[in-house]
Amino acid sequence: MTQRGRNLVLLAPAGAWFLVMLVVPLTVVLIFSFGERGAAGGYVPAFTLDQYANLPARWTAFKNTLILAPVGTLAALLIAYPLAYFLAVRADPKWKTLLLVLVIVPFWTSILIRSYAWIFILGGRGIPALLDWIGIGGVRLINTPFSVLVGIAYGYLPLMVFPIFVNLDRLDKRLLEASSDLGAPPWRTFLQVTLPMSLPGVATGCLLVFILLMGEFLIPALLGGGKVFFVGNALVDLFLQSRNWAFGSAVAATLVAIMLVTVTAYMRLIRRLGAQREDVSLM
Amino acid sequence: MTKNNDTISKRKFMEELYRYKRGSVTRRHFLGVTGLGTATAVLAGAMPALRPRRAFAQGDIGDRVVLATWPNYHDPANFDAFTEATGAHVQVNVFGSNEEMLAKLQAGGSGWDVFVPTNYTITTYVGEDLIEALDSSLMPNYDPAAYDPRFSDAGSVDGTLYAVPKNWGTTGYAVNTNHLDGREMTTWKDFWDITMDAYSGRTMVHDYQLTTIGNALKYFGYSFNSVDPNELAEAEKLLLDAKPHLFAISSDYQPPMLNGDAWLTMCWTGDGKQLNTDMPEIAYVLGKEGGEIWSDYYAVPKGAPHRDAAYALINFLLAPEVNAKEVLAHGYPSADANTNALLPEELLNDPILYPAQELLDALEFGAAATLTDPNRAELLARFKSA
Repeated sequence: MTQRGRNLVLLAPAGAWFLVMLVVPLTVVLIFSFGERGAAGGYVPAFTLDQYANLPARWTAFKNTLILAPVGTLAALLIAYPLAYFLAVRADPKWKTLLLVLVIVPFWTSILIRSYAWIFILGGRGIPALLDWIGIGGVRLINTPFSVLVGIAYGYLPLMVFPIFVNLDRLDKRLLEASSDLGAPPWRTFLQVTLPMSLPGVATGCLLVFILLMGEFLIPALLGGGKVFFVGNALVDLFLQSRNWAFGSAVAATLVAIMLVTVTAYMRLIRRLGAQREDVSLM
Repeated sequence: MTKNNDTISKRKFMEELYRYKRGSVTRRHFLGVTGLGTATAVLAGAMPALRPRRAFAQGDIGDRVVLATWPNYHDPANFDAFTEATGAHVQVNVFGSNEEMLAKLQAGGSGWDVFVPTNYTITTYVGEDLIEALDSSLMPNYDPAAYDPRFSDAGSVDGTLYAVPKNWGTTGYAVNTNHLDGREMTTWKDFWDITMDAYSGRTMVHDYQLTTIGNALKYFGYSFNSVDPNELAEAEKLLLDAKPHLFAISSDYQPPMLNGDAWLTMCWTGDGKQLNTDMPEIAYVLGKEGGEIWSDYYAVPKGAPHRDAAYALINFLLAPEVNAKEVLAHGYPSADANTNALLPEELLNDPILYPAQELLDALEFGAAATLTDPNRAELLARFKSA
């Protein structure tokens, strides 16, 4: 077999997967988005732009999502970075594996069950009862935007921790010593050596969390009491409740388009930052 | 089923699972949307304890039957008995709403043998050609004369039998009376007024357009089923005004009511009964202005993969002695006189299950047009995203 033939054979499974699981469904969504809702719901073939014209009806859902996704990503990052730093740089190597396992363990349980646990922790008999006991009464935590943010930061934490951890773990410790030898105080070593070197991990973690957050619907539904409405929730309702598949497809197609644009812009930005750093290090 | 002496036997595990489900994880919307219902079904399918142990019945009606139903709506012991008697294991899929069931059947390939539609959906299923005309000769336990026609009429469309009655019930509200300070709650107007006043932050409404919009319409005395744009606009204004005062928009209202986070919620009969049993200070109220009365049915979807088992299961569950156990387990009344004859007197006199006649008279059955009305669906989306 020629090299070319071998390549084709090796690529076939991935290609088939790509075609069946991505290209075909997305094409169906795109076709449906130009159709109409049947009288009893579902989809009736047509060619109309009505569904896209109707998009402003879900403007709030898009707005909420476009606020939540970056804010949630930032919250996860702020908690994950110190944790990853501790695990990679400070933790005793003896304990490192155990600590890493502890980060993963919650992932063995469904996010559904873990979110339910938060309902009880943040509910009236959880933290608010504790606060009441020490004299701070009347605190409501569950079913607020705050509880949604807590759920998101918690649920996505490992996705953020691991890329950053891997990056920091590979960091050549001699660079830190060199920086110190050259007279840099610890904060300066961190800002000028550790942080820039860990940026690829930060970028990967943020991308992973951001993309998943754009489609999130479970955490807002459970910890937001259904009062916090995101595109994911709008899609669930459109497909399962009002059964307006045509409009649902238009919303889904728009979400994919927004993600393509933001992710592409983000990648460009990261690449440019990376290139700048190269320049700096050459100087 | 044989005794099993494992530290915790598989059978015991299933019992515990059901108990857990009955006690804390509840009602419609949540389970369906999150897929926990499906997860439970998969889990049940994977649990050998619920699989048929006996070989003799194999081949009669097959080894399983798939049932799509609502949460907390069966006595698991009856399913075990069915498996024992026929060799067919009952795989339960739990759903969140009629819309969701309809969406699944419209999408095709549901794999269901029996499902439990509510009265107002049946004409839609017939119109969409998704439901099988029932052969009553395969269900000798079905005795049409024994049923109150109010709760069995919707099962027939143009003289053809498509569905047989399961249970009926009402949609009222459950209120924790500890915080009422002597106020009386008797109407839907009371419900919305107290929500925006003394009970602010403590009220739950269903994540379901039919009941949430319907009960907002009742505030103004309009029909529960109204699709009139002006009336809907008034209901929308009320919903938007009330939204900042709501604890949650969710049909999973038992846990917050039980732990005291919520004090007031829209509620179905069986949940009202279960809540009242657990906490007697929680009362179940039907609005004087009216509201919803409903009836659920057993039906067989077109192309059911285990059709014989489907009929066998329906026939089994309709047997009065089995049906009576179902009612005792879930607290939803049956319309079958033969079943009611086997139930204890105190249950038949329970005002939650069997409300006073003048309250019942004011109630309306949901209409097919209400379910499929696109304007009501959009109204609920605006309410939720506001």
